[in-house]
Amino acid sequence: MDGILKSCASCAVALGIAFTGAARAGEIEVLHWWTSGGEAKAAAELKKTLEAKGHTWKDFAVAGGGGENAMTVLKSRVVSGNAPSAAQIKGPSIQEWGAEGVLANINDVAKAGSWDKLLPPAVSGVMKYKGNYVAAPVNVHRVNWMWANPAVFKKAGAQIPKTWKEFDAAAQKIQKAGFIAVAHGGQPWQDFTVFESVVLGVGGPAFYKKALVDLDQASLKSATMEEAFATLSTVRKYIDKGAPNRDWNLATAMVINGKAGMQFMGDWAKGEFTAAGKKPGTDYVCVPAPGTASGFTFNIDSFVMFTQKSADARKAQSDLAAAIMSPEFQEVFNLNKGSIPARLNMDLAKFDDCAKLSSRDFVATSKSGGLVPSIAHGMAVPAATAGAMQDVVTQFFNSSTTPKSAVARLAQAATTK
Amino acid sequence: MRRWVDTLEAWLPKLVIAPTFLCCLVFVYGYILWTAVLSFTRSRMLPSYELAGLAQYQALFASERWWVALKNLALFGTCFTLIALAVGLALAILLDQKIRAEGFIRSVYLYPMALSFIVTGTAWKWMLNPGLGLEKLMRDWGFAEFSFEWLVDPEMAIYTVVIAGVWQSSGFVMAFFLAGLRAIDPEIVKAAKVDGASMPTIYRRIIIPSLRPVFFSSLLILAHLAIKSFDLVVALTGGGPGFASDLPATFMYSFAFTRNQIGLGAASAMMMLMTVVAVFVPFLYSELRRGRRA
Repeated sequence: MDGILKSCASCAVALGIAFTGAARAGEIEVLHWWTSGGEAKAAAELKKTLEAKGHTWKDFAVAGGGGENAMTVLKSRVVSGNAPSAAQIKGPSIQEWGAEGVLANINDVAKAGSWDKLLPPAVSGVMKYKGNYVAAPVNVHRVNWMWANPAVFKKAGAQIPKTWKEFDAAAQKIQKAGFIAVAHGGQPWQDFTVFESVVLGVGGPAFYKKALVDLDQASLKSATMEEAFATLSTVRKYIDKGAPNRDWNLATAMVINGKAGMQFMGDWAKGEFTAAGKKPGTDYVCVPAPGTASGFTFNIDSFVMFTQKSADARKAQSDLAAAIMSPEFQEVFNLNKGSIPARLNMDLAKFDDCAKLSSRDFVATSKSGGLVPSIAHGMAVPAATAGAMQDVVTQFFNSSTTPKSAVARLAQAATTK
Repeated sequence: MRRWVDTLEAWLPKLVIAPTFLCCLVFVYGYILWTAVLSFTRSRMLPSYELAGLAQYQALFASERWWVALKNLALFGTCFTLIALAVGLALAILLDQKIRAEGFIRSVYLYPMALSFIVTGTAWKWMLNPGLGLEKLMRDWGFAEFSFEWLVDPEMAIYTVVIAGVWQSSGFVMAFFLAGLRAIDPEIVKAAKVDGASMPTIYRRIIIPSLRPVFFSSLLILAHLAIKSFDLVVALTGGGPGFASDLPATFMYSFAFTRNQIGLGAASAMMMLMTVVAVFVPFLYSELRRGRRA
């Protein structure tokens, strides 16, 4: 294992040396991990836009592991004083990078594009470090979705649940009819994803925000949180035995094939339905997870801009930021990715019904205060804290701990710095 | 001229070795040193050199997950090395009975070693999954009560890693022992037979004791496989259910690379190194000293 650390570090150093002094006039280098199917297509779109403006695009794609490899390379590049123009970084990590003093201020671009008006404050807050824009958002994923197979529900004589109580009844019927009620992949992040939807459904957005974003100790230890854990153990009852370590897309496939009734997963799951040739509304249903219709847990991908030495590179960087926020790019990218545009007031004619619903709720919740960052996807709290809390949730999910002791441990984990 | 050639000749081996030596020095020992330094700092997302004393080690040993990882390493390490040794020795002894098609059978047992742990892990993940593999097969065959759910049981998950690890490595251990068995002088065995010793006694009193160096080398290889074990767990259980089958290596990876806690990750890496040192140095020392005396 030490070997992996070392070989990563050494090849990163080698990369750093190879790239030193390579920045030519107007060159733009973007670190990302969009290397598969629709995502790669979307990245190519961005490249085309920038090349049309006369800049050279240098692709810096590091595949694998949800960006872990990319982050390791990025760290070594930044440490060696040779940061790329932009990198795919999201959530509170932006603040951590900002604290290192390596991010570029793109207020000019934001002002020219009036980003303050186009982005809900909950989103623009994430893009800023100390009041200045340092990042541009590319998309908005909603995490609190429930994907259901209506045929299974019909055969079982169950209704699509709107509350966690209805969920219990519906799931029972589905299970009796011989189906798996909830398709789930037992990986810590998936357990945590279900948990955040449960907390949002049980406690409502205001409680969610206090407990899982502000990490308020009283809320974390409250009876509401205990109820959330109790609800989570209800969900657990309806999961099949083969779930541990199952990938999320295999769980989605169980809903697609009519083996399972529903899945709690973010809207990247839609890509699986689309790829299987299924139509929203008839073949599958997308509804907010029980009790969360008034809430919206967001997971936003963004590009963070790093300080550049040459004026040409800075110009190219500004153009990149502007291009990312342009309606054309936001449309093409999000059609491919299954998410919705981050900027408001866009024409959504080409998007499907799920995306339209997501967008409507995005606007509504940004006004009502129901728009909250997803903790399971690194949007709410720093990685160390989220990781510690995830450990507690997944531990609870996979053992017979009582909700009471889980609550105490969650509150303890929330103090991790 | 002549002297110059002599000098070159004397220096040439050193020159040829120098780059490798230098790389080894920097990339192995240099980074070990760097990791050690980082483990005493407050490093989070990026390395920083703000000293924190033993704070990271305190945090490490206060972490429940680290204790789970350590306990798993103890369980996995012991079971894996002992079972692999036992199975490897048994296979080697059975193969050594001058049977037909020995070459073919030997290859069959040796081949798992040609696979990477990722492949082994994925294959066993499917076979041990209650919904897909063994359990379903047995039930389809009519054993409706058959149940094998270790993979999804937090208490038992670590033993599935043992199963897969033993499957992968015991063939290799067998090859080791087989070579050892072939090196034993048949005359000794014959002499023992003349003296009236039975076969089990010959194995117990003569053959197995004379395999001591083989035991030593296999143990060395198996133990280091166990301590650095990472890919097998990642592919087979993903550290789960929850983090029930975490090992120090997977712990270190997730804290250093996904949770922005490089300092804590470095501290756990140092503890792994210390474990290796604590186990191997006395062992190596005693074995080598024995060797020199003999």
